[in-house]
Amino acid sequence: MENLTGAQSLVRALAEAGAEVVFGIPGGAILPAYDPLLDAKDLRHILVRHEQGAGHAAEGYAQATGKVGVCMATSGPGATNLVTPIADAYMDSVPLVAITGQVPSSSIGTDAFQEADICGITLPITKHNYLVQDARDIPRTIAEAFHIASTGRPGPVLVDVPKDILQSMAPYEWPASLDLPGYRVASKPHGKQVAQAASLMVSARRPVLYVGGGVLKARAAEELRVLAELTGIPVVTTLMARGAFPDSHPQHLGMPGMHGTVAAVMALQKSDLIVCLGARFDDRVTGKLSTFAPDAAVVHADIDPAEIGKNRSADVPIVGDAREVIADLVVAFQGEGRKPDIEAWWAELDKMRADYPLGFTEPEDGSLAPQHVITRLGQLCGPDAIYVSGVGQHQMWASQFISYEKPYTWLNSGGLGTMGYAVPAAMGAKVGRPDALVVAIDGDGCFQMTNQELVTCAVEGIPIKVAVINNGSLGMVRQWQNLFYESRYSNTDLKYVPDFVKLADAYGCVGLRCESAGDVDATIEKMLSVDDAPCVVDFRVGQDAQVWPMVPAGTSNSDIRYARDVRPDFSEGADG
Amino acid sequence: MTTHTLSVLVENKPGVLARVAGLFSRRGFNIDSLAVGPTEHPEISRMTIVVSVDDLPLEQVTKQLNKLVNVLKIVELEPALSVQRELLLLKVRADVQTRSHVLETVQLFRAKVVDVATDTVTVEATGTADKLDALIRVLEPFGIRELVQSGMVAVARGSRSMTDRALRAAERTA
Repeated sequence: MENLTGAQSLVRALAEAGAEVVFGIPGGAILPAYDPLLDAKDLRHILVRHEQGAGHAAEGYAQATGKVGVCMATSGPGATNLVTPIADAYMDSVPLVAITGQVPSSSIGTDAFQEADICGITLPITKHNYLVQDARDIPRTIAEAFHIASTGRPGPVLVDVPKDILQSMAPYEWPASLDLPGYRVASKPHGKQVAQAASLMVSARRPVLYVGGGVLKARAAEELRVLAELTGIPVVTTLMARGAFPDSHPQHLGMPGMHGTVAAVMALQKSDLIVCLGARFDDRVTGKLSTFAPDAAVVHADIDPAEIGKNRSADVPIVGDAREVIADLVVAFQGEGRKPDIEAWWAELDKMRADYPLGFTEPEDGSLAPQHVITRLGQLCGPDAIYVSGVGQHQMWASQFISYEKPYTWLNSGGLGTMGYAVPAAMGAKVGRPDALVVAIDGDGCFQMTNQELVTCAVEGIPIKVAVINNGSLGMVRQWQNLFYESRYSNTDLKYVPDFVKLADAYGCVGLRCESAGDVDATIEKMLSVDDAPCVVDFRVGQDAQVWPMVPAGTSNSDIRYARDVRPDFSEGADG
Repeated sequence: MTTHTLSVLVENKPGVLARVAGLFSRRGFNIDSLAVGPTEHPEISRMTIVVSVDDLPLEQVTKQLNKLVNVLKIVELEPALSVQRELLLLKVRADVQTRSHVLETVQLFRAKVVDVATDTVTVEATGTADKLDALIRVLEPFGIRELVQSGMVAVARGSRSMTDRALRAAERTA
């Protein structure tokens, strides 16, 4: 067995675990690990400008590729700067391994320089974490971290390594097998429950397939399509599942939830059977939980047993990997030998779709409509591009007005709602999928939180596109102030927004600007023609555009508003 | 809200107590009592946790506990089907006039005197929470100087072993 320093062990173990790239920033405590990193041939390190960027980049990499994303930071502030992306990865079940340096073992607990109890801090936001206490344990710990991060319900794992452990010598041994007696991963669903679900599916009159991010995590988009087409049941895809089912598919009703389509929201609300596949009845989907889908029986399939029955009780609980569950459902459904009678249901849904399509009105002040910009971005960049958004109005419009046809073409921060996610996550996605067109769609508020990673993109040759939907304000908050706070715009007007074209230029990127609808296409074409540098487009849009439809927070989905003063009428034959 | 007693087998590793305790506090549950100690297998520790919580949130917290990588097994122990004990150490005032009364009470409760000073005696008692409460009530009038109580420990009645089964299951998955 070869004797290595802990630092050498760490770098070798990362490569052996399958890591190809590490996003990070060195510092005092992690310094020993950066020395062998300089010589590592099979492990690329990308020097970011802020540790939050490293974390989101690792997330973007993971979400675009399905592999584990890796980020690295030093102790104290380096580690605490990773907290937001770790929490983000926890909420959105992203496989992430975060490596942090720690002060030397003998200094732990003494308030040493750059000391922070990062294991304690990240306890509630990691799937698991480790404080390594012996250099000998490093290979095993890294192997376990990758295994835990990527299996079952994926999530972030943090490995904290004190500096003296990185410096000490120990024999390097990659574990032949893992010893994790308390870690169990469900995969094969229970046949009896699958059969029950299939039997409910054939007898339902108003069924819906409620598809969540778990279907993408399980890489089950193909299986889903088979199940949907076999059963004829309408499909809704949550914010985390956009792309899991083609938007152009006639059975797709769109996204449910607070800013979902009327058809998707009402399909769930009025259904008699919800077949939930890898989703979790989040409050942004259910609205007021006690009034959600009052007549629906629930089949809830999830790989995480704790999700089942957490918010909405399940009539048929199925614990298992979504791909296995869907494949088994297909077989069980075929075994039933008949199909549900859902013609009337479809007629109702088709009417809803026709009456309340997604749309927008041109701003009265003649300003550029953000929805138009995003629609054209989607059409000109196409269904093979990877779209990465921040959080806010632009995120909802990007989810609504781009047609997602393929899985893993839509990345965003769903659960935590992290402003600033887009630029670094797009960078990570582009590193993982260098041949793909990666387009960040960001708001000007979000963009100002993490745009420092543009210089990383420029230096490292990561030519992402960034379309800034610049309305000079924190648009979603402003929308709520308009609707619920009597238009009292407290601290949502950003007053002065830097010149993003100059900013792009200063960062070594190409900067473009577009201020009118007539220039949108030409500007996007120009953006697409830049292939040797990151490109930022400053789309100057109006301030007053709003995201519709909307279910105001805390209200029932039945109270969905199609536009500011328009509430759909579902009275005829409706009991929902 | 009802009181539940959970027996939790965990890997004997640093930080496990914080992970388990954190899960309860994060979800707003107050732990009434918690006791941790090694089992007959040195690599496994056993926690006995008493919480007052409704059934539905208890199910959620149990599922979340099961997800902790270091947690091996969780069993809820029904009071009627298990032996549940707490330990009490209590320093009570006992001067020349009251000492014999105090000692009589201690005997009635089958408790033990484990230390004697000129004006106090220290009493050790084990039993259910009800019995210990009763002892405290009776000794209170004499003047309680100091009182310390352990968390509850509990074990199911009968010959079956929770640890053995958990270990066998762990070996199967390994």
